[in-house]
Amino acid sequence: MFDDQQPIYRQIADQIRQDILGGRLEEEEQVMSTNQYAAFYRINPATAQKAFQNLVDDGVLYKKRGIGMFVQAGARAKLQEEHRASFFGQRLDPVLAEARVIGVSAADLIAYISRKLGEDSGQ
Amino acid sequence: MNIEIRNLHQRFGDAVALNDLSLSIEGAKIIGLLGRNGSGKSTLLNIIAGFRKPTSGEVLIDGEPVFENGRITERLALIREVGDTVEDSEKVEEALRYAAYLRPNWNGERARYLLDRFEVSLKSKISSLSRGRRSALGIALGLAAQADLTILDETYLGLDAPSRYLFYDELLQDYMNQPRTFILSSHLIEEIARFLEDIVIIDHGTLMFHGNTEQFVSQGAAVTGNAADVDRFVQGKKVIGELQLGRTKSAMVYGEINSGFLEQANTDGLDVESLGVQDLFVYLTQPKGE
Repeated sequence: MFDDQQPIYRQIADQIRQDILGGRLEEEEQVMSTNQYAAFYRINPATAQKAFQNLVDDGVLYKKRGIGMFVQAGARAKLQEEHRASFFGQRLDPVLAEARVIGVSAADLIAYISRKLGEDSGQ
Repeated sequence: MNIEIRNLHQRFGDAVALNDLSLSIEGAKIIGLLGRNGSGKSTLLNIIAGFRKPTSGEVLIDGEPVFENGRITERLALIREVGDTVEDSEKVEEALRYAAYLRPNWNGERARYLLDRFEVSLKSKISSLSRGRRSALGIALGLAAQADLTILDETYLGLDAPSRYLFYDELLQDYMNQPRTFILSSHLIEEIARFLEDIVIIDHGTLMFHGNTEQFVSQGAAVTGNAADVDRFVQGKKVIGELQLGRTKSAMVYGEINSGFLEQANTDGLDVESLGVQDLFVYLTQPKGE
């Protein structure tokens, strides 16, 4: 369920970010409790707590005292913007590096991307 | 619960089991005690639980010495093997009755629920139980005691994987329903690491590490790349292991892995990977001079 390369709390925080980006978690919706996350992922609740704290610090979640954690209004737009900012460097650069190593040409890449984006917008 | 372990020494004849071990544990946490065979784990746990008086040094729990102190020891549950507190000739239900008499916070309903989950019959004779079922009985007795400090010393022995997962789930439920201190010792490090808030590592009777699990993991990395580049990079760093394959080399490094470290590795064209709890433990405690 987890890979070894990232601390578990960060993987859980990233999972929640993805859930918000993908619309599986709505803004102002309550997030499952630390204990529910701990039981589901079979981890120490302190680890789940740390994931939540990380998201509160980033302004993605907020705490309603005595009730639980909720998704901050505007969290999705904020996450989209952050992910857009890191998209080219973190996602695309490794793909381009791989393309260079195996000899995929720039023209092939551009043609492929144009076709894919065309398909998506054409539907 | 506050556990203060002060300058413990334990000798068995000429053998030194614990050598000036000091350690302080605070708060309701699940703590893992890791160490190789013969590192002194069980001796330490027996002393913490007041089962043994150390050669010198002492253990204070909430400020009071634990040895021969009923007020403290009734708040502790040490589970090593079931045979400890019950006669083999007895039935499981008699072991429960005895625990109910002995344990101030005994939860009989919880014990019966756990035994049912582990498929241990109340009518079974303890001597007729398999190794795994005996472990399961120990776990049920340990968790249902609802002690302020629950010590589970290799209680997984003989449990198959589904039963161990059941144990971890029930332990976690217990901890979340009623936060208190648990100390677990196990050789199945990879399996239990995710449940541990803190880790204590002892080696040859001395304390090697005590701290947060994630902090521990963040201190170990495998640096891989061209052998000459790796050698240059690790100069002045603590190398705890090396592997080589042709011109490629991995050096296991222990210490602070900060952003400067990562940037330098990146500049040098080296890969940095986390070692994980178990590998880091293995490299740190493997015999020297090999």
